[in-house]
Amino acid sequence: MTVIDNQTASNESIAAGNGVVGQRILRKEDPVLLTGEAVYTNDMVVPGALYMAVLRSPHAHATISSIDTSAALALPGVHSVYTGADMADQWAAPMPCAWPVTDDMKNPAHYPLAISKVAYVGDGVACVLAETDSIAHDAIELIDVNYDVHSAVIDLESALSDDVVIHDELGTNASYTWPLLIEENDGDCQKAIDEAAFVVSERYVQQRLIPMAMEPRAVVAMPQPFGGDMTLYSATQVPHILKVMTALTLGIPEHQLRVVCPAVGGGFGSKLDVYAEELLCVQLARTLKVPVRWNEERSENALATVHGRAQIQDIELAADADGRLTGMRVRLTADMGAYLQLVTPGIPLFGAFLYAGVYKLPKAYDFSCTGVFTTMTPTDAYRGAGRPEATYAIEHAMDALARKVGIDPLELRRRNFIPKESYPYEAFTGLVYDSGDHDKAASIAESLLDYAGLRARQAEQNIPGSTKRLGVGVSTYFEMCGLAPSRVLASLNYSAGGWESATVRVLPTSKIQVVTGTAPHGQGHETAWSMIAADRFGVDPADVDVLHSDTAIAPLGLDTYGSRSLPVGGVALTMACDKVIDKARQIAAHQMEANEEDLEFSGGTFRVAGSPDREMPLAAIAFEAFTAHNLPDGLEPNLEAQVTYDPPNFSWPFGTHMCAVEIDIETGNVELLQYVAVDDCGNKVNPLIVDGQVHGGVVQGIGQALYEEARYDDDGNLQSSTLAEYLVPAASDVPPITLGESVTPSPSNPLGVKGVGEAGTIGAAPCVMNAVVDALSGLGVQDIQMPASPLNVWNAIQQAQANHQETNQ
Amino acid sequence: MEVSININGTQQTHDVEPRTLLVQYIREHAGLTGTNIGCDTSSCGACSIHLNGEAVKSCTILAAQADGEEIRTIEGMADADGTLHPMQQAFMENHGLQCGYCTPGMVMAATSLLDENPNPSEEDVRLGLEGNLCRCTGYHNIVKSVLAAASV
Repeated sequence: MTVIDNQTASNESIAAGNGVVGQRILRKEDPVLLTGEAVYTNDMVVPGALYMAVLRSPHAHATISSIDTSAALALPGVHSVYTGADMADQWAAPMPCAWPVTDDMKNPAHYPLAISKVAYVGDGVACVLAETDSIAHDAIELIDVNYDVHSAVIDLESALSDDVVIHDELGTNASYTWPLLIEENDGDCQKAIDEAAFVVSERYVQQRLIPMAMEPRAVVAMPQPFGGDMTLYSATQVPHILKVMTALTLGIPEHQLRVVCPAVGGGFGSKLDVYAEELLCVQLARTLKVPVRWNEERSENALATVHGRAQIQDIELAADADGRLTGMRVRLTADMGAYLQLVTPGIPLFGAFLYAGVYKLPKAYDFSCTGVFTTMTPTDAYRGAGRPEATYAIEHAMDALARKVGIDPLELRRRNFIPKESYPYEAFTGLVYDSGDHDKAASIAESLLDYAGLRARQAEQNIPGSTKRLGVGVSTYFEMCGLAPSRVLASLNYSAGGWESATVRVLPTSKIQVVTGTAPHGQGHETAWSMIAADRFGVDPADVDVLHSDTAIAPLGLDTYGSRSLPVGGVALTMACDKVIDKARQIAAHQMEANEEDLEFSGGTFRVAGSPDREMPLAAIAFEAFTAHNLPDGLEPNLEAQVTYDPPNFSWPFGTHMCAVEIDIETGNVELLQYVAVDDCGNKVNPLIVDGQVHGGVVQGIGQALYEEARYDDDGNLQSSTLAEYLVPAASDVPPITLGESVTPSPSNPLGVKGVGEAGTIGAAPCVMNAVVDALSGLGVQDIQMPASPLNVWNAIQQAQANHQETNQ
Repeated sequence: MEVSININGTQQTHDVEPRTLLVQYIREHAGLTGTNIGCDTSSCGACSIHLNGEAVKSCTILAAQADGEEIRTIEGMADADGTLHPMQQAFMENHGLQCGYCTPGMVMAATSLLDENPNPSEEDVRLGLEGNLCRCTGYHNIVKSVLAAASV
């Protein structure tokens, strides 16, 4: 066990050669980012571009009765104004939803500008093109729209009553119901509940969250009027998906469309989408034959970029007398928002397989999710996407079960852990978990937090009359990552595959070019991918360049989301490196007149076994491959290989988080005293980057637990649409994060990696909320709605005190 | 109206609309796009720069208010020979950035913080940077970077 925070990183210590993977190497990305040299989309200088601004509906639900654009058009500097009706015949297809989760899923036609009806505050109604951004924004204020306003639909359960139907053509607000019933024999789940020694029945609300990547979205569409090509620059995390979808939606020949992501300032799932503004800019640029650009403002981002979470979870656990799980029933009501964006309906399904967390559960599982339309911003992927919600539910319910059984929550978890000897473990769902050692992760966290010490301190501190209550929180998790085996995606009705592509070429001067289909936006792929290739070839990472995020340079790819880049894209890269090395071996054998089997490759040089003086470095082979003067018969010139890798399984990172909170019961303020995270993501390519991913993920989870909430009023107005109202945690709101080290390699891929992008977020919210409830349970508090803001905490304490006299502790 | 500002040691004069914010001036008139815009309520700090040596959010003042003053942006931090400012170097060595969008503002705020308090505690750093939001790092390595820069 080690606390890894004090290890230092340096480029000085890195010797070129094998063993690069696993070192804390400084990032290649940083110099341009640290000096302002990096170009984000809205930094681009585009001569002659028209600026687009979008007029958005101020009503949650209304019919557009008239639009008068004349005053906007008359404003000097305005080029043109378009309404939804003006553009209605320009779309080859509605905006895409790539995940029709059921055959009868209801999906309203969704166009970049609303044509006759708006369905949320922020729905685009018209757009202006003008010479400057300011003029465009001035002009949208001059557009006069008359609305026939209808009732907003904000509450999920009232939405299901269909008293007010949002999309008339659907006749209902229910989009789909997706069941997953897993039983050995019919009725096993109900039987488990009927026969259980303990049943826990809980309702949790996953509040709506706003992803709030620090860079708002931005788009530049650059046409080539005579050549016919179109380049779309966008602050997106999915250039490849965006290209296919833009081609389909606009009817553009795909080979004439190029998508480029300049530097992208974070995404967290919110840039995993195909957005109205991207389609509008491309379509208008194409029609007008001039560049069209759009910069999202922050308060616009809060309305027009997808939200996350937003589910009501009803979870029922059945357990035997020792607290071992015997069955589970889950009913989800998931808020789709006003429309289905790219993968909106599928998000809750990712959680469906994870409700048993790291615990053994018999085939007595009854899950069902109903997706519901409301008049709010569409939801979609947000860091973890379905998996944090599932983890929250099981982990929060396990604490409720521990209270019922009367045992320590950590002990209850240990009783239910899937033992490490069982791996690879076929779970109740039929999915095979690759590897895990839950007791180890928990033990490391236990020790780093001083769990026993805190429990003793808690017993002393939480006594009647004490106003500062100590709480200890535990959560464990399994995370389904490495999205994804294409055939599994097919079984879930997802419209695309889950493979990833990599091309590796050794240039004539022996520098190495890696082309990846992943699309990093803060994750450091340039550094990590350089390390993988450097390790494979036995060269210095500085001699490797990584090209990405431009579909003309990296035409094959499925982008970055779902902690997939390393376990899928990194593995593709490893395999492409090996393919190049195999070819280099053939050339080396030919040139040295040796058998391929007799060649050893290390430190970037092939050597003939037993003849140490006979050797040929990669540089020489690369040049031979380039000149092609003396290659084996039939061998193509150049050292290059491309691999498309479809993972055989998901990867399964796991871990344990623990924390301590102190709550002032007079103010409701929650102070996080300590936070410990043990995230086992298998082998690490660059632990520096892994740690950073966990730190950031944890704080996003803390944000959900304590601070963040997209609040709507009854009329469907978003009341937290700025960073002044939507509380993204600041440095002073969070403690240092202590990380523990646990490495259980994945047997599913040659790198032994699992992915780490979402882990911190998945573990953190339940960990913090378990600590909050733990601190207050002596006061009779059963649960607290997230976020555990001072008001919510204080109200819960008042409620509990009204109901109960404090018991002696 | 005409505005004349010394930016990173060079006097620049531009004709701007009176409503132009300093951040817009820096990005659109001076052409220095290292200063980022992350919000519209002066909450995020991505646009932090130095005005006469002190960190300010450049969206909170008009370009006209900076007329005749000196400002320094992220582009003015590293030496011409490519040597990073000690704060930039500390961010690099401690992985104090991921997507990099908040980073220029964070570096400017952090250097100003150390000017005022050369030996801050961890708590001082967290409080001193609470006006600068980061969504990637969880602040852990940002705080570590600033403490490391303080100890140089």
